[in-house]
Amino acid sequence: MSLDDLRDLYQEVILQHGRHPSHAGKPATYAATAKGDNPMCGDRVQVFLSYDPAGRIVDPRFDARGCAISIASADLMAEAVAGLAPDEARRVFVRFRDMARTGECADPDETMELLRPLAGVHQYPSRVKCATLPWHALMAALEGEGQATSE
Amino acid sequence: MNDFSPATLDIARIRSDFPILSQTVHGKPLVFLDSAASAQKPRAVIDAMVNAMETQYANIHRGLHWMSERTTEAYEATRDDAARLLNAADRAEIVFTRNSTEAINLVAHSYGRGVLKPGQAVLISAMEHHSNIVPWHMLRDDRGIELRIAPITDAGELDIDAFERKLEDGKVGLVSITHMSNVLGTYTPAERIVQIAHAHGAKVLFDGSQAIVHRRIDVQALGCDFYAFTGHKLYGPTGIGVLWARRELLEAMPPFLGGGDMISSVTDERSTWAAAPHKFEAGTPAILEGIGLGAAIRWVEAIGYDAIAAHEQALTEHAMSRLSTIEGLTIIGRAQDRGGVVSFTMAGAHAHDIATLLDRSGIAVRAGHHCAEPLMRRLGIDSTARASFAAYTLPSEIDALADTLTRVREFFG
Repeated sequence: MSLDDLRDLYQEVILQHGRHPSHAGKPATYAATAKGDNPMCGDRVQVFLSYDPAGRIVDPRFDARGCAISIASADLMAEAVAGLAPDEARRVFVRFRDMARTGECADPDETMELLRPLAGVHQYPSRVKCATLPWHALMAALEGEGQATSE
Repeated sequence: MNDFSPATLDIARIRSDFPILSQTVHGKPLVFLDSAASAQKPRAVIDAMVNAMETQYANIHRGLHWMSERTTEAYEATRDDAARLLNAADRAEIVFTRNSTEAINLVAHSYGRGVLKPGQAVLISAMEHHSNIVPWHMLRDDRGIELRIAPITDAGELDIDAFERKLEDGKVGLVSITHMSNVLGTYTPAERIVQIAHAHGAKVLFDGSQAIVHRRIDVQALGCDFYAFTGHKLYGPTGIGVLWARRELLEAMPPFLGGGDMISSVTDERSTWAAAPHKFEAGTPAILEGIGLGAAIRWVEAIGYDAIAAHEQALTEHAMSRLSTIEGLTIIGRAQDRGGVVSFTMAGAHAHDIATLLDRSGIAVRAGHHCAEPLMRRLGIDSTARASFAAYTLPSEIDALADTLTRVREFFG
């Protein structure tokens, strides 16, 4: 069946995180937030950040309306950056963005393995933005900018 | 009236006119259900443009040589084609634009700023494309001309009583409204709209981008004042569209863009304008695209609107019936009078995911807000997937859509 070809994009882990994200929902309190909009398709995500006394990200949350790819990406992102310092999260973003565009990861580690199910988007140029939108919102929240748009 | 049935349309012959329809996508035969975004092009259009480039191309309206004269004739013949297509009273009422968007912007600029007065209002509906919203926001902010919005019903039809109430204070100078929704497929009741608007002293512009693909348009019978359409949805090239307007309105309106071709004379101090329609056609136009549009119009006329409309009506009914049986699928818009555009949502599957899965099966649909964000908000949704039909669409392609959507449902289920 032809839709099985799509298992490279819609891996079970993506369908699971897309359907039942574990980091969704606006928290009662947070230190920083930013929204990401994709004006071409109408997808929206808002990221909420809190920090521990050492400045590390604690329990990042998001509120999103979008496709399975963008929701799953937001949820996996929250898992990937929890416990990281802002600069570490920025470095993960750069590596993730490269993997979403090329399908390759030059320096795999545990964090990138967590995100690897999303590497399949590189075969779907119109969907790369779906995967990177929550990350742009995260970057804007780390900078205190409030608003991000996908490239 | 002859009794036309879908069978009068020789689909195999029509499809053989479109070279692209024999392409495959991801190894599957192309099922192109995105014609409302832009239609495919018949051989006649492709040949007309190639032939012009290969045998008789030059700039138009100014050359004193054979090539320019032949090209001018071919380009200007499209003005006659467009006038005939719309049943315009006069070929000088046909203004060439880039597309419907530019046609509406032309009216917003030249009629909105040149004829309407601050304190007057423009009335649109709640199911407009952004191209019939944004120019009026710009006019409002620039000139203090109020923008009013007539609501729609939950079925996706214009609320005609509410529409009339928006006109009652006599301030509305122009009604600018879609003739067929690009999202819901709804036809607006054009004759009734014109009757009500004129009774309250307002002119009427129809955005006919979708309607003219599916229905014969007679601007004199409709009684409207402006009609806009774009070539690329009517099997023609991109970059060419038409604004039809009553001659007296075009004469009263100041120019849109300034430049060559639109003047009568130019001195260091001032310019005087050419007569309509040239007053609104500054600069070298889309010559080849204009020639291609003429071929597209003649292609549509040769098939005939009666046959096209009957075919698409049958397709739409087939689609509504097949899609209605898919669990979790909701058809958006249930207008009585509707054309071959069907939007839907599916529980548990976002429109973009649906579109990606359909694409893998060779099926092209549109997904998103369809440049109609206010309508999406009115409907309480973020996006839809949309299948749209054309003269070349087969019933079996709708079956392929329905069968694949059933599998999409299982995929995300």
